[in-house]
Amino acid sequence: MIQFNQAGKRYEGGREGLSQVDLHIRPGEMVFLTGHSGAGKSTLLKMIALIERATYGQVIVNGKNLSRIRRRQIPYVRRDIGIIFQNHKLLYDRSVFDNVALPLVISGHNHSEIQRRVRAALDKVGLLDKERRFPIMLSGGEQQRVGIARAVVNKPPLLLADEPTGNLDPKLSGEIMHLFEQFNQVGVTVLVASHDIALITLMGQRILTLEEGRLIGDTDAGKGEA
Amino acid sequence: MVRPHRSERDSGTESGPASVGKRGASAGGSGPLARLRAYGLAHLQALVFSLGRISHSPLSSLMTIAVIAIALAMPSGLHVLLKNFQGVSDDWNNAAQISLFVKQNTDTAAVERLQTRLQAMVEIDKVTGISPEQALAEFRRLSDFGDALKALDENPFPTVLLVQPTLDYSAPAVVKSLLVRLRDLPQVEVAQLDMEWVERWYALMEIGKRAVLILAILLALAVLLIVGNTIRLAIQNRRDEIEVQKLIGATDAFIRRPFLYSGFWHGLLGATLAWLLVNISLILLQGPVQRLSLLYDGSYKLQSLTFGASLLLLLLGMLLGYGGARMAVGRHLRDIEPS
Repeated sequence: MIQFNQAGKRYEGGREGLSQVDLHIRPGEMVFLTGHSGAGKSTLLKMIALIERATYGQVIVNGKNLSRIRRRQIPYVRRDIGIIFQNHKLLYDRSVFDNVALPLVISGHNHSEIQRRVRAALDKVGLLDKERRFPIMLSGGEQQRVGIARAVVNKPPLLLADEPTGNLDPKLSGEIMHLFEQFNQVGVTVLVASHDIALITLMGQRILTLEEGRLIGDTDAGKGEA
Repeated sequence: MVRPHRSERDSGTESGPASVGKRGASAGGSGPLARLRAYGLAHLQALVFSLGRISHSPLSSLMTIAVIAIALAMPSGLHVLLKNFQGVSDDWNNAAQISLFVKQNTDTAAVERLQTRLQAMVEIDKVTGISPEQALAEFRRLSDFGDALKALDENPFPTVLLVQPTLDYSAPAVVKSLLVRLRDLPQVEVAQLDMEWVERWYALMEIGKRAVLILAILLALAVLLIVGNTIRLAIQNRRDEIEVQKLIGATDAFIRRPFLYSGFWHGLLGATLAWLLVNISLILLQGPVQRLSLLYDGSYKLQSLTFGASLLLLLLGMLLGYGGARMAVGRHLRDIEPS
């Protein structure tokens, strides 16, 4: 699903956000990415979502070599990736329903289909009764769940989450992680970046550790590649 | 090991996040007709959505629209005034009158035949004959040289036919070609046309038309810039939203669309308001013009914008609005990328 071959990102001035990373995440896996802030977690996620491009090496996502993707094709690559942000990135002048519906509107689904899917996604994250609210009226945890509903409403095969529990208390964080687990159980590949080592250790999944742009730990290492 | 792809997942699993729909009926089907429908729907959504946006901030929208309206109303109003001047000058079309001096030895019957022939021509509205006797009498009455004529043995005046072209044939060039043809008639000694001031008037009108055209072009440019700037500001205000849309897979076309339609709406609404401004101004002018016209024993009625001109105004407004938005969108949307 995700493959990095000696991939790296060098910024102007020579600093490397990510150095010579080799990585393989198989379809249907649930993987955590950890490390101190500035270790390259966000850079890695951004490279998968084509928000940033690798300066060298190869990144293959969902069978597509990202270095061959042209600017015009980027939207279509992103439609196969659900992205969840620490700061939610919701549209605050639109209702919860409209926020979640956005990916479906973008890909041109018809009205009844949108209604059905948005309700189902909201039901999944437990916010069905709040579809008419505006994001500003919701708590931080609820806003994050709106963000999750928006990320999954399009049924992407891959979910990326960047510090999804960064602003939440342990109980809410656990709930969010549990949601990701549920998505993973139905076949979605999930990659979650988090510095909350205690929480992710508890999840018992594969953990990748980054330090200063290098991949220094992989609990899956030695188990062999698919 | 290989994950089932989208379609399989959609129909297979019923409990996950991916189980939202029953079947992956994405984009409402797959045929070209369904795609076209989805495309049309997307446009309709953007059309309504952008109008909603405009109505969300009525005051600032109205101000922009008013500026556009004034810029469009100026050349339109001047165009109408010019048309009206032209209408007035058409009423004076007898200015383009041709005097035919018939050869001295032509007899009365021949003159009458000529007169009938001329009358039958499509270019000619009216032919008035002035016999030598009438001319002499008029000359005696109007000039101080009446006595001098008594010294002559015979009437020196020829028969004169005053030829008045119809309205459609009173433009200087057309009248001139008519003049040349009439001059070649065997019975005609001299054909004369006093066109100087008509030509001057037409030249003045040409200057007026050119000036209105230049003004129209400049103000059209102004409308382009106004809309462009409005859309540029809207894009800046929606920076975050555009970023989010790009992150979840919106194409440039999708993001561009509401802004383009917003430009379209600004143009259309501006042009509609311009149309109203012109017509209200004309109604206000109607009274004084009628009074002036009465002083000249006329009953001139101001013409307003014709149906065609109104349609053109609206069309131009839409095009300028769309064009202005297009300019702004092309440059500024590209700059916004998620980071």
